[in-house]
Amino acid sequence: MQRALVVVVLALAVAFPLVAEHYGAIYYLSFTSRILIYALAATSLNLILGYGGMISFGHAAFVGAGAYTAGVLLVEGVTSAWIGWPMAMLVSALLAFAIGAVSLRTRGVYFIMITLAFAQMAYYLTVSMKAYGGEEGLNLPLRATLGFGLELKDDVTFYYTVLALLVTALVLLQRLVHARFGRVIQAIRENETRMQAIGYPTYRYKLICFVIAGAFGGLAGALLASQNNYVNPSLLHWTQSGMLMVMVILGGVGSRYGGLIGAVVLLGIEELIANYKVAWLAALLPNYQQHAPLGVGLLLLAIVLFAPQGIAGLFARVLPTGTGDRG
Amino acid sequence: MLEQTLNGLQFGLMLFLLAAGLTLVFGIMDMINLAHGSLYMIGAFLTSTLVGVTGSFVLGVLLAIAATAAVGMLLEIAVLRQLYARDHLSQVLATFALILIANEAVRIIWGSNQPLTTPAALSGPVELLPGMHYASYRLVIIAVGVAVAALLYVVVTRTRVGMLVRAGASNREMASAMGVDIRTLFTLVFGFGAGLCALAGAMLGPLFAVQVGMGENILILAFVVIVIGGIGSIRGALAGSIIVGMVDTIGRAFLPALLRAFLSPQFAGAIGPALASILIYLLMAAVLFWKPQGLFPARG
Repeated sequence: MQRALVVVVLALAVAFPLVAEHYGAIYYLSFTSRILIYALAATSLNLILGYGGMISFGHAAFVGAGAYTAGVLLVEGVTSAWIGWPMAMLVSALLAFAIGAVSLRTRGVYFIMITLAFAQMAYYLTVSMKAYGGEEGLNLPLRATLGFGLELKDDVTFYYTVLALLVTALVLLQRLVHARFGRVIQAIRENETRMQAIGYPTYRYKLICFVIAGAFGGLAGALLASQNNYVNPSLLHWTQSGMLMVMVILGGVGSRYGGLIGAVVLLGIEELIANYKVAWLAALLPNYQQHAPLGVGLLLLAIVLFAPQGIAGLFARVLPTGTGDRG
Repeated sequence: MLEQTLNGLQFGLMLFLLAAGLTLVFGIMDMINLAHGSLYMIGAFLTSTLVGVTGSFVLGVLLAIAATAAVGMLLEIAVLRQLYARDHLSQVLATFALILIANEAVRIIWGSNQPLTTPAALSGPVELLPGMHYASYRLVIIAVGVAVAALLYVVVTRTRVGMLVRAGASNREMASAMGVDIRTLFTLVFGFGAGLCALAGAMLGPLFAVQVGMGENILILAFVVIVIGGIGSIRGALAGSIIVGMVDTIGRAFLPALLRAFLSPQFAGAIGPALASILIYLLMAAVLFWKPQGLFPARG
């Protein structure tokens, strides 16, 4: 049942540009690319948050580091995506290594706070990078180039590139979660002391997991830089980390497609509120469409209070063979 | 130098108003409340309106404090109460949702910003030492901050209510087993904390800007303060506030110049401001690394 659903969704995603082009809805193509990029970022966060049980409140730092790496390379004339994107992953991975090495020595709420503090440092560093736009951000001259006759500045090509990377990342992370490494990570989430007693170097496992998530966050950032032709410090603001966490919890913490579902739902709702006028709401509050975060906030509050397993959890109740990844 | 020290003290004391409420919420209920900054924002907006309505700064501030305290208690009873037993992730998300809701609600009611100016009587400078002038409004802020800190100290250490609060912060189960009505006590503490937020918002409003999103940045500073000071400890919150206020203000004022003495001007000019703004986060990371419980741990 679930497999069939995945195939259908994938087929729709592949067919989407043809339909969008036919109807001249190119705007929705780049909107959908944005959703897919955020899905990648949220999926990478879900690896540490959902499977690893590490509540990192600083994931925007890795996304932002990737975006800035890719952006600065573009400005400096290194246009190849084959260099820019792996470099973005590398820089974010190194940052994740440094942050994780210190943060993972703390527990619980202190971990939340220290990851937040490090992300704030990264934020202020980008604000102070006057050579690269500082607070104003950095306009990028062009999108990265792919070679092989593929032009990323063509929105359809860009969309397929993002889709291919997201699918690859989902498959890889899924493999990882089901491999021995993933089992250990989930076992550490359930009971770290016991895993230590059995003899696992839990700190090292968690750090590796943190670094992998950081690298994929960096890739999402690099894609975002090319998507917008623009990077700015607000990518690293702590509210961005919050939004990524929101996506993960909306979609389902520690469920396979949690990040994807969360990104689709959150960005979709924002878009819906902004673009489709509901008559009775407009009667109640004339310009309610400018206040999309209000709707998002109310929905999020309702989800946290009444559906702690997220939307994937609701699905799991409907589809018996649903996401059984937790525990 | 003296001026920057006073500025640091003034900022630190205002941070303390925020941190005091936050640390009690955190300490007693083990609850991460990101929406604390929203109360600060709501307090500032309410002050702006109420000062306009009453025509008196003092009266406006007092009414805003009462109104914000009411909003806080309502929030506690309606939403936050459901979250105490939940994990930290749920608390972070629910209160993050509250930030979004509060920001938009304020935008709907007031718009994105509101004017709030220093009262005319306090707008001029005073001469502290011969040749040294200092804004009188900032002096008033320091005085108010010191007064509140002293009041809080007396209430927490010398009164019965304070004893219950301390008991709740150091061991909630034990306190409630001894017959303390933690739920009601906590609603009151929360309302009190919200009132302090409003006071901070009202006092800082004329210095910064009363605008949507003003709570987000200062909230993070308040968290830095309570993590440095030790979660749940009022004394820690005071020490942490002063440290953070001083380090931040003095760092921004003198670090670039200090670096210029050792490094090339170009390099110092580039990293000076960056280093100054991350100084307090470095401090917090260092404290967490070496003293994970903070400088004044509340739980023995």
